[in-house]
Amino acid sequence: MTIRRIFSGALFATILVGCATAPSDERISAEAGAMLKASFKARGQAGLDRLDQDDTQRLCSELAGRTPSKEVADRIEKQNLATIKYPVDGKLSGDWKNGERIAQEGRGKQYSDDPKGPVGGNCYACHQLAPQEVAYGTIGPSLYRFGKLRGYAVEIERYAYAKIFNSEAFAACSMMPRFGHNGILSEQQIKDVTALLMDPASPVNQ
Amino acid sequence: MPGWRKRIGGLRWVAALAAAVCVGAGPASAQTSATDEIAKYRAALQDGNPAELWEARGEGLWKELRGPRKVSLEQCDLGLGAGVVTGAYARLPKYFADADRVMDLETRVVWCMVKLQGFSEADAKRNPFGSGNDKKSDIEALVAYITGESRGVKMNVALAHPKEIEMYRVGEKLFYYRGGPHDFGCVTCHNADNQRIRLQDLPNLTKVEGAQKAYTTWPAYRVSQGELRTFQWRLNDCFRQQRFPELEFGSDVSIALTMFLAKNANGAAFDGPAIKR
Repeated sequence: MTIRRIFSGALFATILVGCATAPSDERISAEAGAMLKASFKARGQAGLDRLDQDDTQRLCSELAGRTPSKEVADRIEKQNLATIKYPVDGKLSGDWKNGERIAQEGRGKQYSDDPKGPVGGNCYACHQLAPQEVAYGTIGPSLYRFGKLRGYAVEIERYAYAKIFNSEAFAACSMMPRFGHNGILSEQQIKDVTALLMDPASPVNQ
Repeated sequence: MPGWRKRIGGLRWVAALAAAVCVGAGPASAQTSATDEIAKYRAALQDGNPAELWEARGEGLWKELRGPRKVSLEQCDLGLGAGVVTGAYARLPKYFADADRVMDLETRVVWCMVKLQGFSEADAKRNPFGSGNDKKSDIEALVAYITGESRGVKMNVALAHPKEIEMYRVGEKLFYYRGGPHDFGCVTCHNADNQRIRLQDLPNLTKVEGAQKAYTTWPAYRVSQGELRTFQWRLNDCFRQQRFPELEFGSDVSIALTMFLAKNANGAAFDGPAIKR
């Protein structure tokens, strides 16, 4: 056997081994799933079931930060749109003053939070709302003058309520939590935050 | 300790800043001045760093004869050979053949406490995150000392062993993993440039510059907590805020994410222990 033949044989073997050992994307995903189960412990109100993904979470995670295709986006938005429950009494807006408190409140659902304590929307973490609050985040768009800019029509009010209830119905893989669908905020709380956005007297619309 | 005096001065200054922000006039101008003033505050913090106290205590713990076997950690192999501390952190996490596992610094320190000093694993891991003088964490002190010995060393994490490559790829998957009642993942806050939560700047960890700046400045002395915090703590507290269950100290998820971020920070000089808000 010539040196060249030995060399090419070794190279071929290396490539074969390389192909055999480079784990597929599916295997890496399975590995990540198994690791998640072994790496967390239930604490306080946060049980291990929180690691399980629904269809929306799974599809958005698989995109690894990329924008979903139209097909995937349509699927996610359609599924989530079907979950929205509007108030039976027909009233979409509550009290903007309560809405402001809910928008400020960052507590709720963490294992360090009292399960009987307040649960907020923490809207200011990501959005500008009332101009008096300068400590606002920028992950989401500014909502300053939300109603004033769009008009106070019932369609806008309905959209605001629905968007808070389930953001994924309107923008697939949005970073915004699905406050109603996932039981973070109550119907009354969503009404109050809707009022913060839509009441002409709300500081957001001054 | 001149750093302490400066820090106390700095805290008073924060109170003044907070007052100034609260009486700010228009939203736009108040916003700009608030972020400017916070940048000044952060710069002022760099003058003196109480992390030195943790580093000094950690060096003592490293050399002290401890544990059931009454030996020091000076023969601990952090990846560059037994007893080599300088530059070791800049190459972690890495695969260790003796443990047949990819380990980050904290996991490796626990390993050495068990294998060399004879501590039980439970004892070695008992207090990873300290609180106050009554519950000081030995691990935080050891990590402060060891990381301090890599200050100025360029991050150089290898993906050589198949388990290192796998850890990195799993870490990347986990970075994008969204779950829990809020659908949050690392990606929620760390996927774009120039974003903030409230007034806190968020590094874009999907870019090299963002990963470099963030990773090379942990561990850090947190002024708001009065504690030195490790990267394990950083990950643990991110998952708490993501509304996940509790991330276990030294778990594979913590090591995979550390691997992903440390490797992405390659090429930047390590600059910890740092000081943060």
